[in-house]
Amino acid sequence: MTTLLELSEVEKRYDNGTLALERVNLKVGQHEFVSLLGPSGCGKSTALKMIAGLSPVTAGSIVWSDSIGDHAKDISFVFQEPTLMPWTKVFENVWLPLRLKGVSLETAKPMVNAVLEKVGLSQFAHVYPRELSGGMKMRVSIARAMITKPRLLLMDEPFAALDEMTRFKLNNDTLALWQAQQFTTIFVTHSVYESVYLSNRIIVMAARPGRIIADIAIDEPYPRTDSFRNTSRYAELCVKVSQALQKAGDHHD
Amino acid sequence: MIDSASKMPFSKAGLTTPSGRSIQFFKQILPFCVFGLALLAWELTVRIYNIPHYILPAPTLVLKTLWDNLGSLMVSWVYTMKITFGALLLAVIGGVALAMLFALNKWVELCLFPFAIVLQVTPIVAIAPLILIFIDSTTAALLLCAWIVAFFPILSNTVVGLRSADQNLRDLFMLYRASPWQTLRFLLVPSAMPYFIAGLKIAGGLSLIGAVVAEFTAGAAGKETGLASRILEASFRTEIPKMFAALVLVSLTGIVIYLVFMGVSKLVLGKWHESEIKSGR
Repeated sequence: MTTLLELSEVEKRYDNGTLALERVNLKVGQHEFVSLLGPSGCGKSTALKMIAGLSPVTAGSIVWSDSIGDHAKDISFVFQEPTLMPWTKVFENVWLPLRLKGVSLETAKPMVNAVLEKVGLSQFAHVYPRELSGGMKMRVSIARAMITKPRLLLMDEPFAALDEMTRFKLNNDTLALWQAQQFTTIFVTHSVYESVYLSNRIIVMAARPGRIIADIAIDEPYPRTDSFRNTSRYAELCVKVSQALQKAGDHHD
Repeated sequence: MIDSASKMPFSKAGLTTPSGRSIQFFKQILPFCVFGLALLAWELTVRIYNIPHYILPAPTLVLKTLWDNLGSLMVSWVYTMKITFGALLLAVIGGVALAMLFALNKWVELCLFPFAIVLQVTPIVAIAPLILIFIDSTTAALLLCAWIVAFFPILSNTVVGLRSADQNLRDLFMLYRASPWQTLRFLLVPSAMPYFIAGLKIAGGLSLIGAVVAEFTAGAAGKETGLASRILEASFRTEIPKMFAALVLVSLTGIVIYLVFMGVSKLVLGKWHESEIKSGR
């Protein structure tokens, strides 16, 4: 598998001296769905922000594949909160990344409509975010991330605040988009079950300082449907990942 | 793929029923009824106890005096309005421009904010005489006095507003390499709008107060003729009904300014900001 990016001996130390991440080494291949799983404070979100270039690396390096000239143009980010602009309608929120690149309304309109269609919100293009449910807002956030056709999608616990049913639906939708558009995903989550369902690779991290303690392959075929959750293999994998996560807890100083 | 929750109209169900509409109508007319009753009580008190008009004129006499002197009072009112809205305009321009500088550069804020605080905490009545001495043009001096009073709420609110933009949205703008202008236009300005409008509501009333207070000082020197000067003039002549008439004009103007900015707030924030959505319920 072609490598998309590589983290080598990456460290993050805050100004107050706290070591958030210690010697993180990670290769992410193209079209992988990688989950970062670990307890609170293990640096999952910090790692994601460093990959996005939103937080500087204090030691080590993040190297991108040569095939990506300007990687910033190929990254999209979905936050834990929908992070929509409440003063504009759904359409304008989704248009934003293109608008910032100077894409006109006429050019952007069919693209925005298409991506809204994909997330099932085409009839809600002209409503304000406050008129949508939590799940619908998150769909808008995903649509905004998709509009630039990213090569890498970073998702920071995007479904943590949603109810179980909505979360399952959005898990399936995310997988469908990932398979259709062939982008790479790095997905931060606290949920063992979610990570096993979505990923083909789970990176388990320990806290204080944040570090990688396990790299588990989930070699189950896609597409995965809700029936996968009822298989013994899914249960086995969940146990395996849970045990690794338990170890991560034991690694606390 | 859509969630089971379909498009939800704003929750106004309680207002669409006949009883809901009646309650809403009652809420709207209640302040006017109470105000009308207060005026009636005032009128009756004056008539029953035969209070002389040079102590407390009845509301009807105040209205009559206002009508009789409307021409001359309106000339003064226009002058006061020129000072009020001129000062407010300058406060908006100066306050917003300085707030943007503060938001963009911490050092500028560190250097200049103490001056803004000095202007805010110094009573305008204390510095108005000095300003009137330093500046030849009375109109310019009055403008400066009213501006000093109106400027700070705009500045401080806009600074807070510009800094209140959601951190994740800031990150998003950074991720998409937005230019400073794009960040200002699409993120910072809309984020600051509720704070700016709250400042505008305060500054609108304060600019009128500033204009009137400054006019009192200038009026005492016998220059220009704003409403405050007319109040002073009437006071010297013991024309109490005329004082009240001018006072009514000042009060009505203050109410109109308040209502105008309430309308602006509703217009700009009504569709998305919690403050206006809640007040609309």
